[in-house]
Amino acid sequence: MSDLFEYTLRLGDDALIAAQRTAEWIAAAPQLEEDVALGNIGLDQLGQARSLLQYAGQVEGVGRSEDDLAYFRNERDFRNLQLCELPSGDFAHTIARLLYFATYQHLLYEELRMSSDETLAGVAGKAVKEVAYHVDHATQWVLRLGDGTEESHRRMQSGLDAMWPYTAEMFASDDLVRRLAGIAVDPSTFADEWSRRITQVIDESTCSRPESSYQHDGGRDGRHTEHLGYLLAELQHVARSHPGATW
Amino acid sequence: MSDLVTLFVGMALWCHIWAMLAGMDSFQATIDADGRIEPRDAMPEGYRKTLIRQIAQHAHSEIIGMQPEANWISRAPSLRRKAILMAKVQDEAGHGLYLYAAAETLGVDRADLLDRLHSGKQKYSSIFNYPTLTWADIGAIGWLVDGAAIVNQVPLCRCSYGPYARAMVRVCKEESFHQRQGFEILYTLCNGTPGQKAMAQDALDRWWWPSLMMFGPPDAASTHSEQSMAWGIKRHSNDELRQRFVDMTVPQADVLGLRVPDDGLLYDEETGRYSFSEPDYEELYQVVKGNGPCNQQRLANRVKAHEDGAWVREAAAAYAEKQELKKEESAA
Repeated sequence: MSDLFEYTLRLGDDALIAAQRTAEWIAAAPQLEEDVALGNIGLDQLGQARSLLQYAGQVEGVGRSEDDLAYFRNERDFRNLQLCELPSGDFAHTIARLLYFATYQHLLYEELRMSSDETLAGVAGKAVKEVAYHVDHATQWVLRLGDGTEESHRRMQSGLDAMWPYTAEMFASDDLVRRLAGIAVDPSTFADEWSRRITQVIDESTCSRPESSYQHDGGRDGRHTEHLGYLLAELQHVARSHPGATW
Repeated sequence: MSDLVTLFVGMALWCHIWAMLAGMDSFQATIDADGRIEPRDAMPEGYRKTLIRQIAQHAHSEIIGMQPEANWISRAPSLRRKAILMAKVQDEAGHGLYLYAAAETLGVDRADLLDRLHSGKQKYSSIFNYPTLTWADIGAIGWLVDGAAIVNQVPLCRCSYGPYARAMVRVCKEESFHQRQGFEILYTLCNGTPGQKAMAQDALDRWWWPSLMMFGPPDAASTHSEQSMAWGIKRHSNDELRQRFVDMTVPQADVLGLRVPDDGLLYDEETGRYSFSEPDYEELYQVVKGNGPCNQQRLANRVKAHEDGAWVREAAAAYAEKQELKKEESAA
């Protein structure tokens, strides 16, 4: 398996699984404007997933399409962060995840625009504008919920705390990204900047930055939480029931 | 002194009544000239109430209608289809938003209208009380349900109430895109594996009759039609629109190679129109009464989303208030 294929798969799987979770809010959001906003964000994430998985298929060179990669791989073959697959929880949990993840994606895509790989640079150039909006949307909600009512403050803090043990995985550096120097972005290089941005938002929201805690990992090696299996079962069910069909 | 006050009050009252009467004259003149009534124009109370009922029901249908389709977002069989479906359901939320905004120009607010939906005082289109059981249902909804909605709604672009008419222009443009994507889903299924084609036929079998009933009861039994026609809110009768839908849709079923589930369907060479069997209106009345397969589920989901979101809306309001206070303090 080539390094570039594996790397592209990581980014594509992050976006795909995030989109699947975000889309759960459509028709269930706290207000109509939020159905539209989360719909937009989910569509952006899905768009990024499609570009990246399509490219991963090309790089691999055995004729797998974006759909082959999304629908016909098993849990252990997925390379996404565990953060992306966690259940959406209440609105505050969803917003906490979006703040952490979109801020990470924003820093990543900013750098990836300079990649010597033209396709990755192109995808990043488009995506960086989208995720800037996701960061802004999450930030606005963290502020409103954190500094809204007592209940919303408690829930926002609980969301920030619950997602926190899954954040360090985003910045794990490994041999693969080092071998791809110039093409891939080593996420450990922007961990401090991520932390600075997140802290600023959380402080302003009157919530507390979660205490450092045990941090989970394994997503990049295909070791996931139990939740991913169910997510994929749902995502893949129809496609797998009709092998060889086109839609 | 008090006489003078009485005189002024009396004059003011007369001026008001005179203005109202003049306003009603100009209302009728505008209707007669096929013009548009705007929010600040005088209008009869019945006209206002009818519009609020209709626009609210339309808005409710858009947001309840998100559910049967959102039901398939997580399982859409390709990423392209998933993206299209997400965009479509999102469009419907947008339609809901601008229809509620159109209703608000008549002096009601969205929160009240939602309460009326949640308490069952206001209805939504009965078609959304049918379940989406397979992926092909997403095609059938686009093709048939959005197709029927277009036939219903194109005349509303000329509705006498300006804000509603203008909202409908935009809604119709998007609906026609939805209808084409629904047809395309079915076209792909019908040209796919035998299993896919069977899925498409099954969807047509289940959605055909409910779609015909989207045009409401037969003219003879339609309660609100006559007055709405006179006010320029409604332009064609239920049966006329139903006929138009059948004439438009049957040839499309032929292109798909699907059989319309009506043994009475007959093409009349002379008129170029189809005659068709009467839908089972008893079923429609049952669904309207709350006995459709999904009435309780749809409403319960809507109420749950609303109630689960209450703390979020309260937080947003509290935050806005705090920000306002801060602004005032810093200005002082």
